[in-house]
Amino acid sequence: MLPGRLPAQDFLKNAQITGSFQADAALYQTDAAMGITSQSLNGQPIRMNGFTEFNYEYKNISAGMRFEAYLPPLLGYDPQYQGAGVPYWYAKYRNDLLEVTAGNFYEQFGQGMTFRTYQDWTLGYDNSLRGLRVKFMPSKGITLTGVWGFQRIFWIPYQNNNRGIVKGIDGDFNLNDIFNALANAKLKITLGGSFVSDYQAGKTMTYPIGDKIYSLALPENVACYGGRLNLNYSGVNFYSEYAHKINDPSQMNLYIYKPGDAILLDLSYSRKNFGIEVKSKWIDNFSYKSNRSYTINGLDINYLPAINKEHTYALSSMYPYATQTTGEAGIAGGVLYTIPKNSKLGGKTGLSIALDFSQVNSIKETPINDTTPIGQTGTSGYKTTFYSVGNAVYWQETQVEITKKFGKQVKGIFDYLYQTYNKAVVEGHPDDPVIYSQIGIADITYNVTKKLSLRWELQGLWTRQDNRNWAAGLMEVTVSPKWFFSVQDQWNYGNSDASKQLHYYNVAAGFVYNTTRIQIAYGRQREGIICVGGVCRYVPQSSGFTLTLTSSF
Amino acid sequence: MKKATLVFIFLSAFILTFAQSEDASAKRKTVPDVNIKDVFGNVFNTSKIDNGGKPVIIDFWATWCKPCVRELSAISDVYDDWVKETGVKLYAVSVDDPRSSSQVKPFVDGKGWTYTILLDQNSDLKRAMGVGPIPQTFILNGQGQIVWTHTTYAEGNENDIIEVVRKLAKGEDISK
Repeated sequence: MLPGRLPAQDFLKNAQITGSFQADAALYQTDAAMGITSQSLNGQPIRMNGFTEFNYEYKNISAGMRFEAYLPPLLGYDPQYQGAGVPYWYAKYRNDLLEVTAGNFYEQFGQGMTFRTYQDWTLGYDNSLRGLRVKFMPSKGITLTGVWGFQRIFWIPYQNNNRGIVKGIDGDFNLNDIFNALANAKLKITLGGSFVSDYQAGKTMTYPIGDKIYSLALPENVACYGGRLNLNYSGVNFYSEYAHKINDPSQMNLYIYKPGDAILLDLSYSRKNFGIEVKSKWIDNFSYKSNRSYTINGLDINYLPAINKEHTYALSSMYPYATQTTGEAGIAGGVLYTIPKNSKLGGKTGLSIALDFSQVNSIKETPINDTTPIGQTGTSGYKTTFYSVGNAVYWQETQVEITKKFGKQVKGIFDYLYQTYNKAVVEGHPDDPVIYSQIGIADITYNVTKKLSLRWELQGLWTRQDNRNWAAGLMEVTVSPKWFFSVQDQWNYGNSDASKQLHYYNVAAGFVYNTTRIQIAYGRQREGIICVGGVCRYVPQSSGFTLTLTSSF
Repeated sequence: MKKATLVFIFLSAFILTFAQSEDASAKRKTVPDVNIKDVFGNVFNTSKIDNGGKPVIIDFWATWCKPCVRELSAISDVYDDWVKETGVKLYAVSVDDPRSSSQVKPFVDGKGWTYTILLDQNSDLKRAMGVGPIPQTFILNGQGQIVWTHTTYAEGNENDIIEVVRKLAKGEDISK
């Protein structure tokens, strides 16, 4: 008789390993026209960010880790990333009833207004919780989640009360699954609730402003809780979420003792070829971090993304709005309609039209009494009424986008946008003017053969403020599935300072093989802000070569 | 610091070799067991991705990702024919986070797409499947094994996808 297979062998042979890899390297060079000197590069022209992530899965058990290296970090990433190590590792057990994770994890309650940990490589953002997570699914339609841990920030070890301990529970209930009577109802109801608490030791602190030193009493436990409801009836969907936070004096709100509120309402309707959505968000004093003295990106416990649409074209994303967590009132809406092919309006190939609008204002703030100015440290700061809308416009955008095919080989996307960007508020430079800009974009793809395609982008941005007018062009040649080449230029031709009417040119070539992609580029990068979700990162101008290698397995 | 660089280079080389050589190995991966959601907010367990013995396409995308939308639009033009011919089913897994996830359903309907949509709001499935930049496309055979994957979209890539799906539907060897 042959011996049976050893369990250890099975553990390796029947396990599944997945993962991904990325390296971004740069060779920066000096550029007299842009004012980049070897001093501004800190004498470190060669830089690299890289990571490798592994996930191992065997039956009910999984484990994984991510190795990261920033040697030294690319320009625009926080210098505190300098170094290498394993900031993320976990082990997980899961069956139909229970899921237990030890180590680092990413989790989200509802839409994240009370709690969300996530990672974004491009942004250099990671607020994963290290500790313990338990999920309990006692019956169909019910998920209970508990989390307990501390957050990641760069490579800084957890010690000496340098950040809080975050605890949270969440319940998610699908009524149609729970109650038999509702099983076949057309109305689908899901609801949920969460409670989160951050413990940071220290009952008092002193805080100097000018020549005055404030002595502040601190809440060691800051609680935040919320509820949510989703209703769905045929093509109509309504989502609402409300959250409340107790007083949380912090550097973000300049140590005022006002509680915080946030509400999100979202209504949409869609059927084939037609979709419409309207949403509104109101935020009052809702920054929630596990270290109250932090103002930089990091240690956020909750997630408050901007309400406007995210753009990816170079010029429409030049002025990206970022949520003002201290207070804002926002509204956004969009319609998308596809006129089917072979109709009078749509022609032989059909046509898509999208209209989008978004606006964000301040909230109304009134003094707490006649003698205390608004936002006075050590007081409750200000008074406001629920859902009040202030007069200051932080952001406004109107966008029309048409997607159209011309015959079998050519298609185009055409955009017009009008944006209002309150740079003083969003970027915190009080002297900057409000920027009003008009943007036009044409993006044309021409499929020459089944394998060869050409793509052009033509963009213009016109404004009388800031750096004034810009033009941008791109040409891309793609040979499917392996090769691509591109040449592009962004030209600040309208800059009122003639010496700053620069060309930001870039030449790139890339190769793709299955899931491995290599790209080499040479050129100039303009100063800008990259925003993903609720977080933005400043990107300084640079010039030189970049190499990007990504792979997954 | 130099040590860390060496470790990183070594790991990278190891992974790239591993990733390439693995294609030929007999053991094929399946979709990991992760709970995400459908567009109605119901929990969806990804180990239940299934098409009754016929091929499945899984496409990771987001509403803000232009190449992803180009890919899914190109497939949408021929999707009915693909389904008729091969019985294939496409799961479009949106990695839109809470900023834009509420937009997914009106967007998909507005575009006239008829795929099965899943929401991976916090990239749980994306991480578990080792997905890096999107779009990334996977093809599963009738047994739920991942037999083909590709990252990025270039015009014409959809022809490669249907070639593989056709072979699977006919029970042919896809390595040829």
